[in-house]
Amino acid sequence: MTALIGHTSILLAFSLALIGIVIPVIGSRRDDARYLAYTRLAILGQFVLVTLAASSLIYGLVTTDFSIKYVAFNTTRATPIYYRVTGLWGALEGSLLLWEWILIIFSGIVAWVYRDRHREMMPWVLMIFSIVSAFFLGVVAFVSNPFETIFPIPPDGRGLNPLLEDANMMTHPPLLYTGFVGLTVPYAFAMAALIRGKVDEGWIVATRRWTITAWFFLTMGNLVGAWWSYHVLGWGGYWAWDPVENAAFMPWLPATAFLHSVQVQERRSMLKVWNLSLIIIAFSLTIFGTFLTRSGILSSIHAFSSGPVGTVFLAFLAFVLLSSFGLLAYRSDQLKGQPELDSMVSRESAFLLNNIVLVSALFTIFLGTIFPLLSEAVAGVQVSVGAPYFNSVIVPLFLLLVFLMGVGPIIAWRKASWDNLKRNFLWPAAGSLLVGAILFGWKIRDFLPLLGFTLLAFVALTIFYDTALALRARRRIAGEGLLSGLATLARRNQRRYGGFIVHLGVVLIIMGIAGSMTYSLEREVTLALKEHLTLGHYLIQFEGLKGEQQPTHFRVEGAFRVFHGGDEVGVLSPALKFFPTQQSPVGRAVHRSSISDDIYLILSGFSELDKNQATLKVLVRPLVVWIWIGGFVIVLGTLVAILPLGSRIENGG
Amino acid sequence: MPWRRLLITLAIIAPILWLLAFGFQRDARYINSPLIAKEAAPFTLTMFDGRKVTLQELRGKAVFLNFWASWCVPCRAEAKDLEAAWQQIKDKNMVFVGVALQDTEKDSRAFLQEFNVTYPNGRDDSGKIAVNYGVWGVPESFFIDPQGRITYKHVGGIGAPLVKTKLAEALQGIVTAKEGQGESQSVR
Repeated sequence: MTALIGHTSILLAFSLALIGIVIPVIGSRRDDARYLAYTRLAILGQFVLVTLAASSLIYGLVTTDFSIKYVAFNTTRATPIYYRVTGLWGALEGSLLLWEWILIIFSGIVAWVYRDRHREMMPWVLMIFSIVSAFFLGVVAFVSNPFETIFPIPPDGRGLNPLLEDANMMTHPPLLYTGFVGLTVPYAFAMAALIRGKVDEGWIVATRRWTITAWFFLTMGNLVGAWWSYHVLGWGGYWAWDPVENAAFMPWLPATAFLHSVQVQERRSMLKVWNLSLIIIAFSLTIFGTFLTRSGILSSIHAFSSGPVGTVFLAFLAFVLLSSFGLLAYRSDQLKGQPELDSMVSRESAFLLNNIVLVSALFTIFLGTIFPLLSEAVAGVQVSVGAPYFNSVIVPLFLLLVFLMGVGPIIAWRKASWDNLKRNFLWPAAGSLLVGAILFGWKIRDFLPLLGFTLLAFVALTIFYDTALALRARRRIAGEGLLSGLATLARRNQRRYGGFIVHLGVVLIIMGIAGSMTYSLEREVTLALKEHLTLGHYLIQFEGLKGEQQPTHFRVEGAFRVFHGGDEVGVLSPALKFFPTQQSPVGRAVHRSSISDDIYLILSGFSELDKNQATLKVLVRPLVVWIWIGGFVIVLGTLVAILPLGSRIENGG
Repeated sequence: MPWRRLLITLAIIAPILWLLAFGFQRDARYINSPLIAKEAAPFTLTMFDGRKVTLQELRGKAVFLNFWASWCVPCRAEAKDLEAAWQQIKDKNMVFVGVALQDTEKDSRAFLQEFNVTYPNGRDDSGKIAVNYGVWGVPESFFIDPQGRITYKHVGGIGAPLVKTKLAEALQGIVTAKEGQGESQSVR
């Protein structure tokens, strides 16, 4: 019954999506305003039906209705209710339904928010939503059906992959999907502008908050993924340049570029074609990402099931790319006549450079990701490129990006005068050079890290210095103190100060990545009882092994007493879990974080004969914790940028 | 109509799409084994009946080495066929060796019983033999000639006729450079 309700809802929603595509076309011919109302109804209908379908699947999962194949394959009677719900996105079919659900929720909100505005554009915007929605509904209805039933009904289900039974399952996939889907909003507005042939700045202004929101979810989705990898998967790293990780990261690059370059278009009516291209690329990459992970064309450490879905996604990707860029080329005559750059020393050119760097990074990662395909197509040999390739190209690019992050928000539009440069950058530059000198004194002498940390200090100092100048002005004008002055500034110019805070968050993240990339220590040794090893400032002493039978597995735990510079930190107990269904054990690494570094212990083996011996892998990873702190700072900055803090008029909406 | 721009657009997008579509024609995990035509890695295998077999003592015979696991569906599919092939081969110079991989002893024994497997079988409990042979999934089969050289590798399920053909070739030292493929399940 549940399956029938779910599948029928999907089929009905699919029909409504098709209707939603056709109505605006007819409406535009007849110039009838009622057609907008019908288009909205089509979206609303899809929203109700898809919500019903998703609820049915959740209901099936929670009540362990094993007549539904998806439920039988992703839960067991023993699965806690929490993981039954997250089972909605535990496998392909459910994930696609979740994607469609988030998409139609976004579409509904857009239809509601703009019920009185952008009347000419809305039918087309909603049509684009219906096209994307029709695609996902079609896939869910006909290719990868989560409501497929099985007979005979199994007595118990197979359960979720044990690695997916983690608290982050609640956050990581939905965050990432929300980010992906969020990009559909600016894409839909861009396409609507192109279809109507009115390619002014209207679509950009309308979607500003949406773009920031999508960017925010993308950033968080990636960060939480890294956090999960670091805290749960137990290999001591947070990023491996695996194709699936790249697929999630790639849309972030054009989205970030877009976020900056639209400001140039808003202010100077430049970069029209570029901005449209960026948003088409960003949206296409969200489809490409799913294609990549589900087609099985590349091998990845993330084991995903694959199937006919890959072909369908490739077809849709082809449709999106050809129709969007085709339309862009078709309208290109209207996009001409842009003002030229006044000077290379200006905010426009800083943003333009930032865009070039981000797109180069995207190209690098794209090339590296599909390189095995390319090499086989061209040379007949499959060659993969790994972390060294990515790091050697991406690190210099991101250093340049950090520099631009310091310059871009502060430098004047059009043409920066020498005076302007001196006033804004003299002190921050001097301060960062001082930081560099101090670091050099601390024996940080390798070129790239030294340059990196100096540039990060530069960015932070430009932000602090600029804010300090503004605060001084507030005190002179209104007699405001530090806190009330900050509050006024943030309220008066949310985008600027929100952006500053986000930049500070990025500075912290890059600091964490730079520290852990460059100064990590690693050692693997076999210790006898009471023996110790030292690594950096840490001393680790082996206190013994303990084995115990747990409900689902046998657990072997090693106890290690950890000292930092003579002070006892505590006893850390990494473990190995032996599941009867899996031959190789699952590791449970433990770590202790501090603001300067993390100590990370992995039990890599023990002797079955001699209980008093264990092999331990120890990692000391400096500054990692700042990556996660930076994430929180980004949350704060995004909130400052997009929350309605009562300054709509002053900040232009 | 700005035809030129449309053409340029198409010229950029089409190759990318073609490349991605090309991906469907190949298997990402398929890498031609560098072990073919090289000497097979020596091993000592403890059989289910407690005896030990080394590759060294099988010199002078053509060996069919088959990695399997009881939980693997394609292994179940090929099990009957392999036993049938073994029954038909009366040549003293050809031997079968089955290696159970990533499996519990109980399940492996039940599997052998279920399919009445009579040729020698043992357990690679440490997984070292599989590592030396670069086994990616199960089933995977290797054909070794009387000089101890790998003549053919087959990834995935294999049928009786191919086993017999390739064993006969192995006996004569004929090498097939390209791996064969059937359905398989990952062990990694």
